[in-house]
Amino acid sequence: MQDDRQPILSVRNLKTSFFTDEGIVRAVDGASFEVHLGQTLGIVGESGCGKSVTALSILGIVPRPGRIVEGEILLRRETENGQSQEVALTSLGDSSSEMRAIRGAEIALVFQEPMTSLSPVHTIGNQIIGAARLHRKLTKQEASELAVELLSLVGIPRAEGAIDAYPFQLSGGLRQRALIALALSCDPRLLIADEPTTALDVTTQAQILDLLRSLQEQNGMAIMLITHDMGVIAEMADQVVVMYLGRVVEEGPVDTVFGESKHPYTQSLLRSIPSIHSTPKVQLPTITGTIPHPYNRPAGCPFHPRCPDVIPGVCDVHEPELQSVGDEHLVSCFLYHPVPEPSSQRSEATTG
Amino acid sequence: MLAYAARRLVLAVFTLWTVTVLSFIIIQLPPGDFVDAYMAQLSATQSNVSEQHFESLRRQYALDRPMYVQYLKWMSGVFSGDFGTSMMWRKSVLDVIGDRLAMTMVLSMGAIILTWAIALPIGIYSAVRQYSIGDYVFTFIGFVGLGVPSFLLALVLMYLGFTLFDSDIGGLFSPEYQLEPWSWGKVKDLIYHLPLPAIIIGLSGTAELIRVMRANLLDELRKPYVITARAAGMSERSLVLKYPVRVALNPFASTVGYLLPYILSGSVIVSVVLGLPTLGPLLLGSLVAQDMFLAGTIVMMLGALTVIGTFLSDLLLMWIDPRIRFGMVQ
Repeated sequence: MQDDRQPILSVRNLKTSFFTDEGIVRAVDGASFEVHLGQTLGIVGESGCGKSVTALSILGIVPRPGRIVEGEILLRRETENGQSQEVALTSLGDSSSEMRAIRGAEIALVFQEPMTSLSPVHTIGNQIIGAARLHRKLTKQEASELAVELLSLVGIPRAEGAIDAYPFQLSGGLRQRALIALALSCDPRLLIADEPTTALDVTTQAQILDLLRSLQEQNGMAIMLITHDMGVIAEMADQVVVMYLGRVVEEGPVDTVFGESKHPYTQSLLRSIPSIHSTPKVQLPTITGTIPHPYNRPAGCPFHPRCPDVIPGVCDVHEPELQSVGDEHLVSCFLYHPVPEPSSQRSEATTG
Repeated sequence: MLAYAARRLVLAVFTLWTVTVLSFIIIQLPPGDFVDAYMAQLSATQSNVSEQHFESLRRQYALDRPMYVQYLKWMSGVFSGDFGTSMMWRKSVLDVIGDRLAMTMVLSMGAIILTWAIALPIGIYSAVRQYSIGDYVFTFIGFVGLGVPSFLLALVLMYLGFTLFDSDIGGLFSPEYQLEPWSWGKVKDLIYHLPLPAIIIGLSGTAELIRVMRANLLDELRKPYVITARAAGMSERSLVLKYPVRVALNPFASTVGYLLPYILSGSVIVSVVLGLPTLGPLLLGSLVAQDMFLAGTIVMMLGALTVIGTFLSDLLLMWIDPRIRFGMVQ
């Protein structure tokens, strides 16, 4: 085991943009966070705030016309002599053999659509065996035994038969389990789960989350859990990153972020969770407005048009930065840190 | 599975029977019969033949009897392997068709193989490199291929071949082999002559297939299972070929059935222009001459090919697509 204080993955100032004919979409705009072995990092935010693109960026599979324009993604790997070494994934080519050796083997992905994330015309076993043999030297026989083992590990009944099943023969929950088995086929140290339970009913959702947690206890992998569901985060995550329009607005240990949330966006998200103690038949608080169109992001803090605590003249002019407000607790909001010198900003604005 | 095949077989026989009845009726729809057409032809050449000769011809082919009697007579012959006599050629229909059927099949298979061998890789390329220069070039060529009528292309190529290379590219054989019995030399000669007509006949199909393959694959490339495979670390080439291409090929299995009769009948005009010894020109001639047994037999064969082809593509689809195979069991 390597030093647990060192993150297995650090993302620094990641910026991923899509260069479309209509304009540039800054899907991820300066995200930074760290993932530790044996821990779960929850990334939360509304649809379209860049959570999935962050995951794709880490794996180096951002679809065209998107690409990483700035920032660093560092993966800590164990070398043969037991030392650890950091690899900058951003400096490897997306389709280089080094990057492909990391994809699937070190970092695995469980994607959000269990219905369509497996090929409809190949058996479950075929797909798991194919993935396993990409990174491990296994005979077909060994790979097929591994597939059965993995399928029973993720709780699929009659795993021997299930490897010959086609995805459409399984229910949504079983398909998601099969997808997790596929992701685990090369024993990754970081599992990125992108909305793994969104398409499932509540009971199945709880089962899948339990499964992920027990797998993590068994093999000590790091999990990066992407979701829009604050409830899932509360149940699963150790650390939380709240994203809005491609930026991290708040970050910290789960108890701190939930108990002492600072950013108005996080507070609004938490308020919109239905509570068992709330008065019946009262409308849930919602966040006013919608996420701005990605082509015209608001100036200043991207959340200011929807923010209840907006400071006119500050939030719509200056861009806040992620700064500490307590132990491991970071917030990007002018309510908590000083506004940049107005004079210097104004002179810049007039000259620029 | 077996029950399904049996049901399809019964339906196929019924369809074939309907085809024979309809084709028999339609062939007889134009006023007059073969003898009238024959008389017109003879009088045009000023030949002198007695009325009696025509009457005996009519009796011989039962043209003076009601249509259903003619049909039943023909069908009873068909069941004993006698497809009637071609009145135009004065030979048994099977003898007339004989070699031409084999030639047609060779040519059709050649055109199909060529079409697929060219269209599928180009379609895959165009989809994977969507909006690249190569994609635009192939799209342009594809639309030209769709837009230019094949017979026109045949004429142009024949003209070019004749003026530039002083070679006659019509037909499937060089003149010296035309009437020879089969030999190695003749087979080589055939292989030498085959590609050009096959390209011309397959051209519009190729252009169409490129578009279909490109569209199918573009749909599949956006599916999440492609991301799953990519995230598993597969190389782009092997993942594209293993998953989306495999899924995108499924719809093609259902078109195999139409290819056989389509290429056979769709190439009538090209075959006439190129002077190919295939069924197309024969069918045209028999229809003009109202040679109903010959025409009826060819139409029946086209029908049979359609039915058999459809049946085959159903089986093929069942074989390659588990969703259909298992959907059937339930």
